[in-house]
Amino acid sequence: MNYFRPSKLSQALAWLADNNAGIAAGCTDLFASTDSQYLRKAKFENLLDITAIDELRQINETGDGVSIGSAVKWSEIVRHNLPPAFDGLKAAASEVGSVQIQNSGTIGGNLCNASPAADGVPPLITLDASVKLSSVSGSRVLPLSQFLRGPRQTALNQDEILTTILIPNSSISGVSAFKKLGARKYLVISIAMAAVRLSLENKLIKEIAISVGSCSAVAARLKNVEAILAGCSVDDNFHSLIKQEILQQDLSPIDDIRADAAYRNIAARELIIRTVEELMTGGNAN
Amino acid sequence: MTIHSPNRENNIRLRVNGGDVAIRSHPTRRLSEVLREELELRGTKSGCNAGDCGACTVLIDGKAMCSCLIPVAQAEQASIVTVEGLSQKPQPGTAGDPVTLSALQKSMLRHGAAQCGICTPGMLMAACALLEKDSTLTRSQIEDGLSGVLCRCTGYNKIITAILDVASPGASLPLPACGNTVGARIERLDGLEKITGKELFGADHVPANSLLVRAIRSPHAKAEFTFGDLQKWKTESAGIEAVVTAADIKGDNCFGVIPAYADQPALAVNQTLFRGEAIALVVGDENIVSELDLDDFPVTWNQQNHCISIEEALSANASQVHDNFKNNILIEGKVVCGDAGAALDEVAQIAQMEFETTFVEHAYIEPEAGSAWLDGDVLVIQACTQAPVMDRDSTAVILGLESEKVRVIPSATGGGFGSKLDLSLQPLLGLAVLKTGKPCRMIYSRGESMASTTKRHPAKMQAKIGCDVCGQIVAMQFSGDFNTGAYASWGPTVTGRVPVHASGPYLTPNYDARVRAVYTNAPPSGAFRGFGVPQAAIIQEILFDDLAIQSNIDRLKFRQINALADGDRTVCGQTPKGIGIGDCLDALEERWQTATLSAAEFNSHSPTIKKGVGVASCWYGCGNTAIPNPSTIRLGISSDGKLFIHQGAVDIGQGSNTVIPQICADALGVEIGKFELVGADTALTPDCGKTSGSRQTFVTGKAAELAGLALRKQILRMSNMGDSATISLEDQKLVIRDSKSAHSVGLVDLEPDENGYVIAVEETYDPPTTALDENGQGVPYAVYGYGAHIAEIEVDTVLGTLRITDITAAHDVGRAINPLLCEGQIEGGIAQGLGMTLMEEFIPGQTENLHDYLIPTIGDMPRIKSILVEKTDPEGPMGAKGLGEHVLIPTAPAILNAIRDACGARITTLPALPHRVLKAIREAK
Repeated sequence: MNYFRPSKLSQALAWLADNNAGIAAGCTDLFASTDSQYLRKAKFENLLDITAIDELRQINETGDGVSIGSAVKWSEIVRHNLPPAFDGLKAAASEVGSVQIQNSGTIGGNLCNASPAADGVPPLITLDASVKLSSVSGSRVLPLSQFLRGPRQTALNQDEILTTILIPNSSISGVSAFKKLGARKYLVISIAMAAVRLSLENKLIKEIAISVGSCSAVAARLKNVEAILAGCSVDDNFHSLIKQEILQQDLSPIDDIRADAAYRNIAARELIIRTVEELMTGGNAN
Repeated sequence: MTIHSPNRENNIRLRVNGGDVAIRSHPTRRLSEVLREELELRGTKSGCNAGDCGACTVLIDGKAMCSCLIPVAQAEQASIVTVEGLSQKPQPGTAGDPVTLSALQKSMLRHGAAQCGICTPGMLMAACALLEKDSTLTRSQIEDGLSGVLCRCTGYNKIITAILDVASPGASLPLPACGNTVGARIERLDGLEKITGKELFGADHVPANSLLVRAIRSPHAKAEFTFGDLQKWKTESAGIEAVVTAADIKGDNCFGVIPAYADQPALAVNQTLFRGEAIALVVGDENIVSELDLDDFPVTWNQQNHCISIEEALSANASQVHDNFKNNILIEGKVVCGDAGAALDEVAQIAQMEFETTFVEHAYIEPEAGSAWLDGDVLVIQACTQAPVMDRDSTAVILGLESEKVRVIPSATGGGFGSKLDLSLQPLLGLAVLKTGKPCRMIYSRGESMASTTKRHPAKMQAKIGCDVCGQIVAMQFSGDFNTGAYASWGPTVTGRVPVHASGPYLTPNYDARVRAVYTNAPPSGAFRGFGVPQAAIIQEILFDDLAIQSNIDRLKFRQINALADGDRTVCGQTPKGIGIGDCLDALEERWQTATLSAAEFNSHSPTIKKGVGVASCWYGCGNTAIPNPSTIRLGISSDGKLFIHQGAVDIGQGSNTVIPQICADALGVEIGKFELVGADTALTPDCGKTSGSRQTFVTGKAAELAGLALRKQILRMSNMGDSATISLEDQKLVIRDSKSAHSVGLVDLEPDENGYVIAVEETYDPPTTALDENGQGVPYAVYGYGAHIAEIEVDTVLGTLRITDITAAHDVGRAINPLLCEGQIEGGIAQGLGMTLMEEFIPGQTENLHDYLIPTIGDMPRIKSILVEKTDPEGPMGAKGLGEHVLIPTAPAILNAIRDACGARITTLPALPHRVLKAIREAK
């Protein structure tokens, strides 16, 4: 197996075009999936390590919005000064595994690993994130919802690198939060999680984006719930407004060792309601 | 630009602990492996290779990271600090400490923050990263910062305390004066190695030119197998020196911890009975064998019908696990007194229920590991263990060797909790060494450890208890089936212990308890802190709450009414002395009042979060049940005036290396600092039995007391001095003084014995017990310990989630030999009890890692208040009783009773995962 750790994106793309290579970043999933002493990625002869490429380690505010390099680590996102719309993403970042995992794991790796329980996905969905995929022949931008195709399945082609996560200006408004529910406090794969971003006008919900993870093959955007909550005030009774059945239109949870499907539906609803309530009462939701 | 290739090893430059090193390693090798195997910095531990346990944490440019997840190339140009970098090496020519410890290391020692020590390097490094950012930390900052390091021994409290106290003056606690050693909070005597990373665990001793051993294991619950062409496979795979199968076994390929029930092969023959059972060994060059794809091994499997659960194994058409055990029943146990059936017809109140528990994994942070080699014609095995003499004798039988031809040197053991009592890799290492003639190492992967070693028995229990109008227990019936897995292991012990203890420490005049151990095709269930008693205590303590509520008696008061007292007969007809359960319950009264009042007040204005308070008790017999289990301690004085204690009890973190010398020091009348510890090592130490059954402080401690007294007597006789005299060891002589005179005994002219000692004693102690009759009547144990916990919890009644906020634990230890270590046992036992209650569920084939199998993290622990009750035991050394297993027993029922108190939910299956709790809450409404 050849291993290549370039410092320039152009070098990486050129090498990837010529070699059947897998991509390594923080290695928190790659190493966890093998007992080997060495990095191995199934079916690939070679491995491209993108963690030395400076271009992929930047968080930039551009005219169009915020771009986050795919090799940015979770702890760097937590520390970076970002608008309140990113608070949910930061909260998710600080609940990824443990401090050690946050110091190694990258945001791009979390997306490419495509776990239904990926902590980063729900807040990024509420931020209307897209991903930029680059190859020697150019790049393309896909909405996150199109990039993630199923458990462990993405739209990434063999010769492509996920280089950047793009958050449009239109989504960098309001406040956001994230809640994760698991059977223990740290180092836990969630049973359910919810991310909410909203903005208020005259104390009424003007815009709202809601996403739930671990309750479907890919974290889901809950447009139906959003439609119900739009225009609501904090005095509305969310429990009576949001019926359990409404969630079932967007979620398809399964029974597994962590919880049963029925519970996940209940938990998702409650996490959404609590997150919304918290944002409306405690947050600076302008 | 560099393109690394595996065929062309590259120079990688690393900066480790301030020094530059160049290594020739593949760039994708795990940094943890490079540190351990290439740079020989084995203070960094590997517990899971998946980032789940954090034992391998190092600092990379000041940040805590798991070195098992870092390809070494990513660490090039970074500054790496390992545990070896924390303490300063001495400057040449300076006197004093051999190493200068950091303030953090000193604080960890002072607060007893290291027990087994396997997680300690990871904890230290994670704490360093925190302290570098901020030296004034809150508890919650510490929890966040240490979130990635799992500890299975300490319950985390003392680690947090040590970090909070790091700024205080760093002096070690002074050793107590002569005669004041018992009862002193001294730092553990073997602590220095643990907090400097110097301790050698099973994977840390590497004989020169060792080969690596890996096992081929069954992927199926039950299967027949046939090997393909092993010789051809071996020849075609470079670097393999030997393939070992059952055909290579010269002795009896059958072992078991209880000889009469030995049924397990070291390597299976033609058929495996559980997933994870070993069938062959591959031995060869470490670098090649470690990376072999064992899926290519030439074996054909033919799956067979199997049963995993108790229901399956007991069903009419169940497949038989062992042909000679009909209906898959390994053994039955019972204790009967009075007439429970008739008495239950007459009671004022009656309560009954069924309860089910699951497999619980020990989840020590050190997977099994060790090395072995030949020393002349003696096979030496240095591996983690709780039972060196049993290892020696069982391995010798398998290998067809005389016991004297096998020497077992216990390595430091990174947690055991019962599972490391059974053989694991000892015979496998022996087979590999005998076949190749070369030194060998074997290190289980986390998955291999979890799949193949013993578990806590799942229990399916039912019980019925009745009391009279005053709340006095009249009768109890208990029956339980315990899933013992594919091999007997400690199944017979569980069926023995459970019916003896299922009454709890309460007077129960009419009693009928019956227990069966059921064979299945699951991994063998063995010993796990409490041998089935924690499972049984759950159902009894829940029913006590039912009865108290039905009788309209306060739940603590109900237990006080029924607590055993001196003069009472136990369900076995025994009348123990020094019963401390009443004292423990009394010690909880104040907290109980405050907690129940404050919960009620809180609940009156909190619709979603409800607080609850629960109480439960334990008792537990120390030592083997109704059979001999002697310990022997040897003391020797050399001609140069040094005092040696041969201490064969394995310290797996619980502290026997400290407690046993403490007892001996006061018995002999010398300062503890004079003792030099020898052992454990089957070639050097007399048998102290196994570290199990909460017996070491009691049984080996008593042997140490007797040995200390005997040596004192001998010295006083040599000097013709009376018992009030003091003894001091000086250079080449003993000086014995009383108020009037001093007498000197020269040592150089005395004739040394076969061990090289000029004065020596050896004393044995075996607890006085009797065999039990057909109704379980007799004296099963000479000493019992007692305890009770109050759990205070918060239930989120909409989500079914739980937060355990406080546990107050009163334990009667007879005499607290070392209160610091007692607290460590209590806090650690509570952590395991909490894990079993809330999150732990081993499912063969599904949860064989530490991210699907959950144990408590630092953020899951409650505040813990330990209350040490000292009701002197007439038999125990200096009045002491055992503690190690007791501590886990009350936690689960106290929490379950608190859940019911908070929201009415009656949990009947463990673990109480959120979906189960929520279901129970909805059923209660």
